[in-house]
Amino acid sequence: MKEFKHIQSAHCENGVTSSLFYNNGFEEITEPLAFGIGSGLFYIHLPFIKINNGPAISFRSVPGTVFKRNCKNLGIGVYQKTFSSPQKAQLALDTELAKNSWVGCQVGVYHLPYFPLQYRFHFNAHNLIVFGKQGNQYQVSDPVMEETTLISEEDLSRVRFAKGALAPKGRLYYPIIEKNPTNEQISNAILKGIKRNARDMLYIPSRLTGVRGIGYTANKIKSWRNKLGPRRAGLYLGQIIRMQEEIGTGGGGFRYIYAAFLEQSHSYLQNDKISLVSEDFTKSGDSWRNCAVAMASIMKGKNTEQKDFDEVAERMFQIKEIEKEAFLKLRNLVK
Amino acid sequence: MKLKEVPQDKTPLENFTKEILYAKNDNNEYQSTLSSGWDIKTEALNEAWSDIEEDINKAKELLENGIKSPIYYLMVKNLMTLSILSGYTGFWKITIKKHFNPKVYKKLSKIRLEKYAFAFKIPIEELIEFQNTKKEKN
Repeated sequence: MKEFKHIQSAHCENGVTSSLFYNNGFEEITEPLAFGIGSGLFYIHLPFIKINNGPAISFRSVPGTVFKRNCKNLGIGVYQKTFSSPQKAQLALDTELAKNSWVGCQVGVYHLPYFPLQYRFHFNAHNLIVFGKQGNQYQVSDPVMEETTLISEEDLSRVRFAKGALAPKGRLYYPIIEKNPTNEQISNAILKGIKRNARDMLYIPSRLTGVRGIGYTANKIKSWRNKLGPRRAGLYLGQIIRMQEEIGTGGGGFRYIYAAFLEQSHSYLQNDKISLVSEDFTKSGDSWRNCAVAMASIMKGKNTEQKDFDEVAERMFQIKEIEKEAFLKLRNLVK
Repeated sequence: MKLKEVPQDKTPLENFTKEILYAKNDNNEYQSTLSSGWDIKTEALNEAWSDIEEDINKAKELLENGIKSPIYYLMVKNLMTLSILSGYTGFWKITIKKHFNPKVYKKLSKIRLEKYAFAFKIPIEELIEFQNTKKEKN
């Protein structure tokens, strides 16, 4: 029986994807490559939804897409299943484990026993790998953790059937790799990933998504102080900081992971122009982090004037321009 | 971000894990590295929790004053929305809203309380106990 190797990563879904590939003998796809091939970078602001009393903003694509797009772009088969009952879901998991396949599993974090309490929100798109069972304990490789861990049948069943937005419904998945993709296939997958990401960031006809979405949030921020008062407005900014920097983002709202992806793409594409755009995303990531510092000083009540909100908005407009330029460059390069 | 700029602040992740960040090394190449955390985002997390605790305290007051039932309080305490609670119990949102009324709550059957006990991950006895204690309206 082949030993499972735990690999830590910044983001759970990239991590599960890259780790499942690796443990199935396809070792080329690092976390940044998985992120880029899966067109993981995104921006969206959903104004009609509130999450934990704050704005609903995301710096990445819809959960589940990174894994799916990787398999599709690399020509790899997919096993994927959701379940109508926890009993059936557990049975299916046990059956897969008995076949010695490592299984990706979507879970909610609110009842995840090994997570620190401060991080337990009703967030249902966390991903981990179950790689074995000892008695009635599952062996779990959670990609954001340094070490593997154990979780009881009851606890796993509960988090697999967490309720609310993006409810996992016991979702299990793993790649079916018949033949390892060739370098040429990987190159093509990288190009497809970039192409799709440029399209998503530049051309979705909505002012709420992509680079235009960043501008939308910036405009909103200008009005928050008057509309919500400094305290609530500060909490809103705090929510942006968390979506942008919390564990799983790799820092700078996933922008550094994307920069690393473009850099690593060079081994396959040998295209200096594409890997050079990496610098733009480094700049964008740095700008997001500086913006977080500015937002934090408002949140803490140090700077609460309208001009401070305007400054944050101004920073975001600049980020919007950086990312717009960067994706326009990429789009022209991969046409 | 350069490797040496990667923050290593003390955070609630301390006894859990370090997280991976991507930063540039001296050869100007990206590499993954471990960070213990960053004060800026810890503060954001703490602020979010102080906001949540305010909500929980308000809900507790409503419970103690007999204005809302324990279902409402426990929903807020568990950071749930009506949709999430509806998901766990299988009750319609409008039904749950009715159960927020202390008078309606007192008459809830054991079968229904069982579902709430599951949703809140507490023994059903706690919910029954709430039914039996008298709450005076102010």
